[in-house]
Amino acid sequence: MTVSATGVSKTVLETKFSELTQMPDARGHFGPYGGRFVSETLSFALEELEKTYLSLRDDPDFQAEFDYDLAHYVGRPSPLYHAKRWSESLGGAQIWLKREDLNHTGAHKVNNTIGQALLAKKTGKPRIIAETGAGQHGVASATVAARLGLECDVYMGAEDVERQKLNVYRMRLLGARVIPVESGTRTLKDAMNEALRDWVTNVDNTFYIIGTVAGPHPYPLLVRDFNSVVGREARRQSLEQIGRLPDALIACVGGGSNAMGLFYPFVEDDAVAMFGVEAGGDGVETGRHAAPLTTNAPRGVLHGNRTYLMSDEAGQVSDTHSISAGLDYPGVGPEHALWKDVGRVSYVAANDKEVLEAFRELTHMEGIMPALESAHALAHAKVLAPTMRPDQHIIVNLSGRGDKDIMTVAKIDGIEF
Amino acid sequence: MNRIDQRFSELKQQGRKALIPFITAGDPAPQYTVGFMHALVDAGADIIELGVPFSDPMADGPVIQKACERALKQGTRLIDLMQMVKEFRQADTNTPVVLMGYLNPIERIGYESFADQAADVGVDGVLIVDMPPEEADELGPLLKSRDLAAIFLVAPTTSNERAATICAHGHGYLYYVSLKGVTGAATLNADDVAEHLAPLRGMTDLPLCVGFGIRDGATAAEVAKVADGVIVGSALVNRIAESLDAPETIAGQLKSVLAEMRTAMDA
Repeated sequence: MTVSATGVSKTVLETKFSELTQMPDARGHFGPYGGRFVSETLSFALEELEKTYLSLRDDPDFQAEFDYDLAHYVGRPSPLYHAKRWSESLGGAQIWLKREDLNHTGAHKVNNTIGQALLAKKTGKPRIIAETGAGQHGVASATVAARLGLECDVYMGAEDVERQKLNVYRMRLLGARVIPVESGTRTLKDAMNEALRDWVTNVDNTFYIIGTVAGPHPYPLLVRDFNSVVGREARRQSLEQIGRLPDALIACVGGGSNAMGLFYPFVEDDAVAMFGVEAGGDGVETGRHAAPLTTNAPRGVLHGNRTYLMSDEAGQVSDTHSISAGLDYPGVGPEHALWKDVGRVSYVAANDKEVLEAFRELTHMEGIMPALESAHALAHAKVLAPTMRPDQHIIVNLSGRGDKDIMTVAKIDGIEF
Repeated sequence: MNRIDQRFSELKQQGRKALIPFITAGDPAPQYTVGFMHALVDAGADIIELGVPFSDPMADGPVIQKACERALKQGTRLIDLMQMVKEFRQADTNTPVVLMGYLNPIERIGYESFADQAADVGVDGVLIVDMPPEEADELGPLLKSRDLAAIFLVAPTTSNERAATICAHGHGYLYYVSLKGVTGAATLNADDVAEHLAPLRGMTDLPLCVGFGIRDGATAAEVAKVADGVIVGSALVNRIAESLDAPETIAGQLKSVLAEMRTAMDA
């Protein structure tokens, strides 16, 4: 496959879905996306990480250790729950929820941090750093650091520190230091800049746990692998509980790690439609959003990889907006960028208002309070289900629970604690 | 012959080391940049690195990040840098100019258009912090065919194997990053630098220039003993930051900071 920064090559468009499982290539490219665009100081650490991971990837002992932790620490498998009342009220397809909200720490993020913590242990680094938006990845990183007795610093945009106080306190209780980042837009992308600066400086003793399927190679690969447990379980549970594969999958996409985790094991199942739901913010037409795929943002390079990236004419990275701190990111994982180009996944956006409606509806009708991130996926289920028949099935990834977002929703309702 | 190669061959004949100042273009405002460049040359600059402001300068410390923010607030774009170099060339046809920055602004202009414009206005080299040689297979040849030097970084963490690859791809000079960390961080250790430069000498004839952590005449002189060139950035940009209320004094200050280094290096 040819690599071009300037246009989608013909070979990309002719890519068969089965070929998608062979990505990334040896240089960490997903077609024209991905790669390792970092300052030289980090090249060695990334090469070392790649070598360590590739040597362990098919190692039965490593896999057994990972599986053990997922079962006994995280609490997997997470259930596949049939949201009957909600499905009936929408009057279309049956909606099933993949309950990542029931994981230890309350989101899919812990699958990846458990995996990367095992790698950190193998590389013998005594310190962990992480970046976080909504705080879910920060909490998951602080959790594994506490469990392994490692020092842990979490970078978080100052705006996110403010809107996610509950998770900030959780991280501190777990023994992590939360470092507010005042630069730039004071959100997730700036937290990632600071984490990269820290890593460049302390690369000898520090393991950087990246929280999503973005960043320089090999992060998109290993985060995908660690989160694929979601899709493998969902596929098996679907066969058992529904009796066949689902007709559609829906997941929210910020960086895209929960979507990647659900989608990847279904990539070759051509009959299963997939929808990635980005943060529409005030509405994609307003420009105040975080939906690079839906809006066909230009290609660009940020945080070590080439991808769809919201930036202005001069190549400066754009400000983003979302009610959900976890999706407030101007880029997206490079594998999603390729999946968009080859047409395997449809990317759409849900705006803040639709997200709040879905949040309230699921809470009222099923007694499950979703994270605002996950409510983006639910918002699209509300659109999609009524267009389908009652004998059709949709799996929505409930990537996290909504406890952390109660303050945000209460504020909108005018309630003060 | 590219102006960078020309300059190093002259320096070699004179037995002198290159002094390479860095400033962020458009800081504190675009109308000052060309004047600053001339002032730096007057103070003894051999090559000028002109920083392309970027919204997310991940490899830089707070000093240069703030310089980027000031320049971007004034609307400085990559195409404005091209105009600055063009204007600089009207009075100075000898001093090599290297554009230094991050890849995304170049991706937006388009590689071919960027290379054409840079060559047209008289740029001599390009250093892209987040583009290692492995990712330069598209832009590298476009630069080379226009006689623009692709300059790459070597870090203390770079393995000898990687260093050999970087040497094979590099032109102009190698930029040795003296520290693990971001720009403007700690003070460098000259013995450590010498130790890391030694194996590179066996791999390449490219001049070896050292940046990160050079603060004053004393550190510049120390580094000049073991390297072919000394790159100074944050120490200059700091002066700009400290004089925002009197921008007309900045050129003079930059001149005095750099002249002190020149004197110490030549002593």
